[in-house]
Amino acid sequence: MNNEILMAFINENTNNSAVCSADQYDMLNVNIKADQLIDLVDVLKNKQGFIYLTDICAAHYPEKVGAEFEVIYHLHNLIENQRVRLKVALAESDINIPTLTVHFVGANWMERETFDFYGVNFVGHPDLRRILNMDDMDYHPLRKQYALEDETRTDKNDTFFGR
Amino acid sequence: MVKVVESPEGLEGQGFFATSLDKVIGLARANSIWPLPFATSCCGIEFMATMGANYDLARFGSERLSFTPRQTDLLMVMGTISKKMAPVLKQVYDQMAEPKWVLSVGACACSGGIFDTYSVLQGIDKVIPVDVYVPGCPPRPEQIIEGLMKIQELAKNESLRRRDTDEYAKMLESYNIEQAK
Repeated sequence: MNNEILMAFINENTNNSAVCSADQYDMLNVNIKADQLIDLVDVLKNKQGFIYLTDICAAHYPEKVGAEFEVIYHLHNLIENQRVRLKVALAESDINIPTLTVHFVGANWMERETFDFYGVNFVGHPDLRRILNMDDMDYHPLRKQYALEDETRTDKNDTFFGR
Repeated sequence: MVKVVESPEGLEGQGFFATSLDKVIGLARANSIWPLPFATSCCGIEFMATMGANYDLARFGSERLSFTPRQTDLLMVMGTISKKMAPVLKQVYDQMAEPKWVLSVGACACSGGIFDTYSVLQGIDKVIPVDVYVPGCPPRPEQIIEGLMKIQELAKNESLRRRDTDEYAKMLESYNIEQAK
């Protein structure tokens, strides 16, 4: 199945509201809405053979007002070796997205990681708490409003680091 | 040929040798330091070379590694310690019996190194007291051996009462570590 047929299939299942944002390196990028995610992944998994969830991650675009966050899902059809990337834009004021653990048990830790670093709230997740950072961290470090450097450092002179 | 350490200063005569207890105990401690390798990254690989036949830490009486902190004298921290790992490191230090020493190997353990970032502890001396720092990224086995020899010097010359002093108790208190009685 080539990407054109796949895109037509996705359009069928999203009332033609999905947008193909890129088709690079044989991989389709599709932007969809948060409320379409669960149903679309359901048909991709059960009808098109995308049975493997490779990754969930997020990105922060502070300059895009109303769509500051993007959650990205990578699906893989192992039989035909075809991949697809689904992107869901979220506003900072409403950073909620349904959990994918209903379709993939492996989404559990991926969503915890995405929550840990970006603060995305996966609605319905069975155990949404930090996974990689220490438990008492009080912010989401990969959001771009926070400095990458450690704020507790005392012995490093910024002039030697070009800052 | 078996090489024996030199005896400490003392009075020697026919059939007797008199010296201070400090020196005898210091001699024994310094030449049988049991290390606990706390190796988290590439400095740990250098440590493996240090333990190997080419560099051979056994020459210093330290061939007996122990992987339980309760039986060790020297905590060798080699590698990046993330903030999530810091409580673990502190607990390992806590479980060691006195007298104990800490060797911080490599830039990351000493200061956080290049990892000036939110997740990395900026030097293990933020959570536990350190006796000797070995710089380098990573340090060569020769440097690790020199660090160990500095620890030997400390062990050899340490007063038996040092760990009972108020100064030592205050130092531990500043790290929020309870002193074992």
